[in-house]
Amino acid sequence: MKALSVNNVSRSYGKVQALKNVSFEVEQGELFGLIGPDGAGKTTLIRILATLLLADSGRATVDGLDAVRDYRAIRRRVGYMPGRFSLYQDLSVEENLNFFASIFNATVRESYHLIQGIYRQIEPFKSRRAGKLSGGMKQKLALCCALIHKPSLLFLDEPTTGVDPVSRREFWDMLASLRQQGITIVVSTPYMDEALRCDRIALMKEGGCLKIETPQNIIRQFPHTLWSVQGDPMYRLLKDLRRHEDVISSFAFGDAHHVAVRSERITTLQLEENLKMLDYKNVEVKEITPTVEDCYMQLTMDNEQ
Amino acid sequence: MLKFLIEKEFKQLLRHSFLPKLVIAMPCIILLVFPWVASYEVKNVSLCVVDNDHSTLSSRLMQKVAASAHFRLAATASGYSRAMQSIESGDADIILEIQPSFEEQLMRGGEGQVMLSVNAVNGVKGSLGSAYLLSLLSDYAAELRSERIPAPAVAAVGSIRLLPTYFFNPRLNYKAYMIPALMVLLLTLLCGFLPALNIVSEKEAGTIEQLNVTPVGKLTFILAKLTPYWLVGFIALSIGFALAALLYHITPAGSFGTIYFFSAIYILAISGFGLLISSYSDAMQQAMLLAFFFIMILALTSGLFTPVSSMPQWAQYITVFNPLKYFMQVMRMVYLKGSGIGDLLPQLIALCGFAVFSNTWATLSYKKSK
Repeated sequence: MKALSVNNVSRSYGKVQALKNVSFEVEQGELFGLIGPDGAGKTTLIRILATLLLADSGRATVDGLDAVRDYRAIRRRVGYMPGRFSLYQDLSVEENLNFFASIFNATVRESYHLIQGIYRQIEPFKSRRAGKLSGGMKQKLALCCALIHKPSLLFLDEPTTGVDPVSRREFWDMLASLRQQGITIVVSTPYMDEALRCDRIALMKEGGCLKIETPQNIIRQFPHTLWSVQGDPMYRLLKDLRRHEDVISSFAFGDAHHVAVRSERITTLQLEENLKMLDYKNVEVKEITPTVEDCYMQLTMDNEQ
Repeated sequence: MLKFLIEKEFKQLLRHSFLPKLVIAMPCIILLVFPWVASYEVKNVSLCVVDNDHSTLSSRLMQKVAASAHFRLAATASGYSRAMQSIESGDADIILEIQPSFEEQLMRGGEGQVMLSVNAVNGVKGSLGSAYLLSLLSDYAAELRSERIPAPAVAAVGSIRLLPTYFFNPRLNYKAYMIPALMVLLLTLLCGFLPALNIVSEKEAGTIEQLNVTPVGKLTFILAKLTPYWLVGFIALSIGFALAALLYHITPAGSFGTIYFFSAIYILAISGFGLLISSYSDAMQQAMLLAFFFIMILALTSGLFTPVSSMPQWAQYITVFNPLKYFMQVMRMVYLKGSGIGDLLPQLIALCGFAVFSNTWATLSYKKSK
């Protein structure tokens, strides 16, 4: 039985179509990522799967249970962590944990093995009000609360948004260890670099899935050769690269431009020469392996054409 | 599960920086201030006297009027037109003009003439003020008559003496009438507004999201929300009882048991109404405005100030759907008449109806998924 199966699910808010015929499946024990920018439909999809929102059309099953008909049974076996911190800020860390355990008729002791690794980090502050915790600690507490009833499936909506880079890495380490305990995890994130920590990812854009694959395969399937190009001035460089006849696409990526080229017609040295003739300084061209973000940009472009 | 939810509600309520103080402060303020402010009695009516007679009897009349607690002799004017100016400028409410030869007429056994001119911008003040003045004048007339005609002769002529008896509130003490109603207002404000803000505050904080994915049922959720308001209501009400007894020496003629019994049902009804507003609102502001609007209308049509029977017929039909009206009747009847549950069956049925109706609707309207 699949942990999750989504069939042609659509949902609109008035005239805005937030999800367009999304279909995918998630295996038991998989760490599945929904990757895409804001407005891609990630939250809508997670809310439908967590039985908080009804789809306009299509069908979704969670652990083989229908998301509409069997919502009660689903709520007992999934853990959900909304994008916004939504625990009781006026209750302490310990009280929040006990409260959520008790409304599931569970006790903290029963699931302590599951949250142990995470809870130990916030245990020194257990009598502090949840509202007074730092951002990273709030996320850890929220994760503990979502795990307190030993769910078989965990939905996390942008858990790392607004969290510092170190805490982000720690958070993904926690997810990896939860996955090893057999929990299926569906996590959404706008950060493309986090995609590599997932078993499989769905790249989402404007309510649809561009591709569903393992991150490694997505990178392997990048259709072109990718170069990183640097040179001063950078802005003019981007425009000139886009005009270059052997360049397929060019995007600004921090301190360098990532350029997809027809490598059968040009070499890195040739491009470097071309650019030097155009009066660029400190020119540097080198071949790189594409990142998920490169693939996302490429897929977006293909999709538009 | 219900137990834990209720425990959580109490923790949140007690930890709130403002609400526990409000539960104590509100009954104190309402009972300390309102009974003095919300008064039916008209006092200190400013009077302008035009004495055209300047006789012993006319000045005796002036003294009598000025000695009354209801009137304040604001001015004496030399002529009617001057007196009219003081009404126009707002310095006087009533002109008492004593006609020339007032004394002479009276002495001759004729009619002494007096004219009243009343500023009726404030209708209550005008009509009550002139009524008080009329009774003073008739008092004065009786006084004069008994002085001039020897008692046996009066008996021979015969006259009517009025001896009114006021039941339940012998001294016509308006506080005894208002204070029970003010307690209804107190319960309505506390147990109507607070629940109205409760669910919507969970919406604003986002905590409802987390709660919605749990197996907590609708009814459990609403019941847990309602319970703390019973306690809040009972505490506020008890403070109200204590203050009414200490400050105004007003205690119910009936039993406290009857009042608490009805209060329990009323709190349920009005809290359910608050929760209903809350579950339809998306933001605190919206809930606040809605609750304010409804509570205002309910309070004004409840008979708090104006008796329901003096409202127009269509308005009386509307008040059939006003739980405040029934509870106010209950409070006044228990406080003043000493009624028991048996005397208040219609009110009991109506309040139970409201409690069931508002809470059923609130439970149904709370949706965990959209």
